[in-house]
Amino acid sequence: MTHPTVPLRLYVGIFAALILLTGLTVGIAFFDLGGGRFHLANALAAITIAVAKALLVVLYFMHVRYSSRLTWIFVGAGVFWFAILIVLTLADYLSRGWFPNPGAWSS
Amino acid sequence: MSEHSSQVAHQFDDATQQYEASTLGMWAFLITEIMFFGGLFAGFFVYILGHSAAFAEGSRHLDLTLGTVNTLVLLGSSLTMALAVRSAQQGNRQGQVLFLILTMTLGLVFLGIKGLEYAHKFEQHLVPGPHFRLEGPHAQFAQLFFSFYFAMTGVHALHMIVGVGLLAWLLVNALRGKYSAEYFTPVEVSGLYWHFVDVVWIFLFPTLYLVARHA
Repeated sequence: MTHPTVPLRLYVGIFAALILLTGLTVGIAFFDLGGGRFHLANALAAITIAVAKALLVVLYFMHVRYSSRLTWIFVGAGVFWFAILIVLTLADYLSRGWFPNPGAWSS
Repeated sequence: MSEHSSQVAHQFDDATQQYEASTLGMWAFLITEIMFFGGLFAGFFVYILGHSAAFAEGSRHLDLTLGTVNTLVLLGSSLTMALAVRSAQQGNRQGQVLFLILTMTLGLVFLGIKGLEYAHKFEQHLVPGPHFRLEGPHAQFAQLFFSFYFAMTGVHALHMIVGVGLLAWLLVNALRGKYSAEYFTPVEVSGLYWHFVDVVWIFLFPTLYLVARHA
């Protein structure tokens, strides 16, 4: 068959984990974890939990764990290109003003 | 595996090949959707770095209770969707119909709560445009936050509406007994779409609702 039938208990377990992680991310958001002006520790915690939740959905609900290697390559390529979009964009905006540039336009 | 049943299109060798091709095609489409939503997220991140105080102010005006409830509703709908696919795979028509109806209901509850939130924003004059009103120094860029909020959640809600339409189509076919343990590809592929829309919300929720709760 195309992919094995996922046990009911596993689906319910994944759902319970998703609910717990949602509670966790809401709870954590009320504490200032530090990390300077942008509260990077809070951002990092929120992103980590969101990625964990997304992984659970993609691997189990979307059956990627049981899918062909080709599917893995497709999904990986999508995530990789998304990472390029975010990382290169933020590498520009976050690093502005790190070094003095006497010839630069002031805006 | 039943070879060349009426459900296998002539260009495929067998049902397995057809299933693989269909799911892979859906994934290719979902990758374009990652890029689509990715652009909105990238824009949001750039502007929140430049105007963190104003975006924090805007975020604190969102209803965290309704946002959290909606997150739970959507996660629940993903579970019922997964169970609908599982029922289809097992050739269980009753389960299939039940879980498709549950998924549709939860999807509509999500849209209803979203509509309620939108209505509150109109009442509070927090919708960008000539009627936007917010006291304090951050009004201009808080308005930009709400532009992002309505664009991102609006496009997400549009995807939800399409998803509910897909579910209605699946439900009609399921009631007619079109799907069996040998052939349930449309259920699986629509499930991929539904779960993807859930994943987008998993990232939208902390990005919009949780960025400034600690301050």
